[in-house]
Amino acid sequence: MSVQLEPRPPRLTVGPAPRRRTPSHNLTRTSGIGLGLTMAWFSLLVLIPLAAVVATAAAGGPDGFWRAVTNEQTAAAIRITVLAALSVTLVNVVMGTMIAWVLVRDRFPGKALLEMVIDIPFALPTIVAGLVLLSLYGNDSPLGLQLANTGWSVYLAFLFVTLPFVVRMVQPVLEELDQEVEEAAASLGASRLTTFRRIVLPALAPAIAAGAALSFARAVGEYGSLVLLSGNLPFESEVTSVRILSAIENDNRATAAAIATLLLVISLLVIVVLDVVQRRVARRG
Amino acid sequence: MTTPRRRLVRAAAVLLPLSLALAACGGDGDAADDANTINIVGFAVPEIANKAIADEFTATPEGEGVEFNTSYGASGDQSRAVAEGLEADYVHLSVATDVARLVDAGLVDEAWDEGENKGIVSTSIVVLGVREGNPLDIQGWDDLVEPGVGIVTANPASSGAARWNALAAWGHITENGGTEEEATEFVDQIFANVVSLTNSGRDATTSFLQGNGDVLLAYENEAILANQQGEGFDYVIPETTVLIENPGAILEDASEPSQAWLDFVLSEEGQRQFALTGFRPLNLDEPGTADLAAVGLEASDIEGAADPEDPFPAVQNLLTLDGNFGGGDWSGIVDKLFGTGEDGQSLGIVTEAIAKSGKATE
Repeated sequence: MSVQLEPRPPRLTVGPAPRRRTPSHNLTRTSGIGLGLTMAWFSLLVLIPLAAVVATAAAGGPDGFWRAVTNEQTAAAIRITVLAALSVTLVNVVMGTMIAWVLVRDRFPGKALLEMVIDIPFALPTIVAGLVLLSLYGNDSPLGLQLANTGWSVYLAFLFVTLPFVVRMVQPVLEELDQEVEEAAASLGASRLTTFRRIVLPALAPAIAAGAALSFARAVGEYGSLVLLSGNLPFESEVTSVRILSAIENDNRATAAAIATLLLVISLLVIVVLDVVQRRVARRG
Repeated sequence: MTTPRRRLVRAAAVLLPLSLALAACGGDGDAADDANTINIVGFAVPEIANKAIADEFTATPEGEGVEFNTSYGASGDQSRAVAEGLEADYVHLSVATDVARLVDAGLVDEAWDEGENKGIVSTSIVVLGVREGNPLDIQGWDDLVEPGVGIVTANPASSGAARWNALAAWGHITENGGTEEEATEFVDQIFANVVSLTNSGRDATTSFLQGNGDVLLAYENEAILANQQGEGFDYVIPETTVLIENPGAILEDASEPSQAWLDFVLSEEGQRQFALTGFRPLNLDEPGTADLAAVGLEASDIEGAADPEDPFPAVQNLLTLDGNFGGGDWSGIVDKLFGTGEDGQSLGIVTEAIAKSGKATE
């Protein structure tokens, strides 16, 4: 497993040095430094640690990897996590876009406050979030909803921590969107639904997809808010991060890394799929 | 004129070593390793006791001028951190297997548990935390497998310290004349009633105090300390329970006053502080029997116990690793109960019970 620390521009033409050629990039001295710094930074923080995780996973061999991720309890945890993350991301796409819409297009008292409150799931330490959710949806639930220690608690926690992503991605794009285009579409006889589908949605698609990707990735790795809320019951509310923790506690690092690697691959796949969908939708406009 | 590619290489050549140099700086900055400093790395619970002991230690001739750096957290995490290079002179962990990890890493002498105290510095017992007034009338282990009783415990799979709880449930059957089959069945029933499996003892207590479950598998010292801090719960001592033995050890290259510190922790003064925060003072002749007079205390000195007249009541059938489960290093029991089923290990009985508990409700 090797890590490419610096980008290598494709080889240029061979043979006697030609006078004029089109460079494959447009890097000036400053932007070269910028790129070098970016890559060094990125390598130290992300690429090298990531490579180390994959290398640790590979150390167990393909058999070890397979055993780690097909362990019944682990497989169930992965299923629960991915299913909940996907569902929550879908909900966020709809609800997040709607919240962004309300925040941008509507005027109402308390709007500034709502605007601030949206970010709280970002700011709140997740363990505190879990504690708050537990007091609201636990055994003594004042709302009469006892979701703690059930499979639903995973959805609840994911919904809470991922709420801001789609909203915050869509909001600025929506603010920039020229409302005159929508008016023009309407004056040409398009229904509100058609206008939304053909005019607004394609413009928002990249932002929605980016928000969805963040939301999914965040949910898949979530741990803190579930610590107290989910009860970590196997086959019911035990998520993948808890399985990774168990593997580490039992000194099975290869297993922990194998599960983490699988999660990485799943996240990557989802991000790619989201990108494809986003391009399709954007093209329709 | 340089080509863009050359420039790029040059930029990278300057930046990569620079960033590596920056990274390296972090490594040897804290070389001020004072010979008169003791770095304590421990599991979370004894922090208060250790602080009080440290205050008394620095008032003695051996401890004069000694400074302490402390780090407290989950036992397994702390042990792994030390194995990975966290500076430590003295470790105080929840289970002996966490010290064994440091022996394997070559950081702690193999003979650490060969002293008179067998490496143990603090002791307590497994108790059953109940709701105020004990509405379900929980008196012992058998009451926990009744239908509808919700149990909260840390997960023995993700928290090494929670293994004491599972061991007590197991021993309740095997050490009272039951067969291993019956004990397996019992452990299955216990875990079938678990409503919350947290990743640490601290989380289990929080979960229980937030309203989850009817019974909390807890340690006597934590229950007493929680009561002292005003966030406690009632608890019941079952007829059969396990003596929790927390090991302490100094590292091979520990600073000079560390041995004197360990001796002081084991002394009357040290054990008195442990007793004041809910631990049962060490008793080498009768492990688990609290002799308060030996550490200069009376029953009334211990606050927060269920019975203020008798804060550390005698346990009818107190099980110990050494006496009942094949040795203080867990080797006689750890794989049988907690094996993960990987690396050629068999699947442990408790590991399986936890998995089964989920499938039953699926």
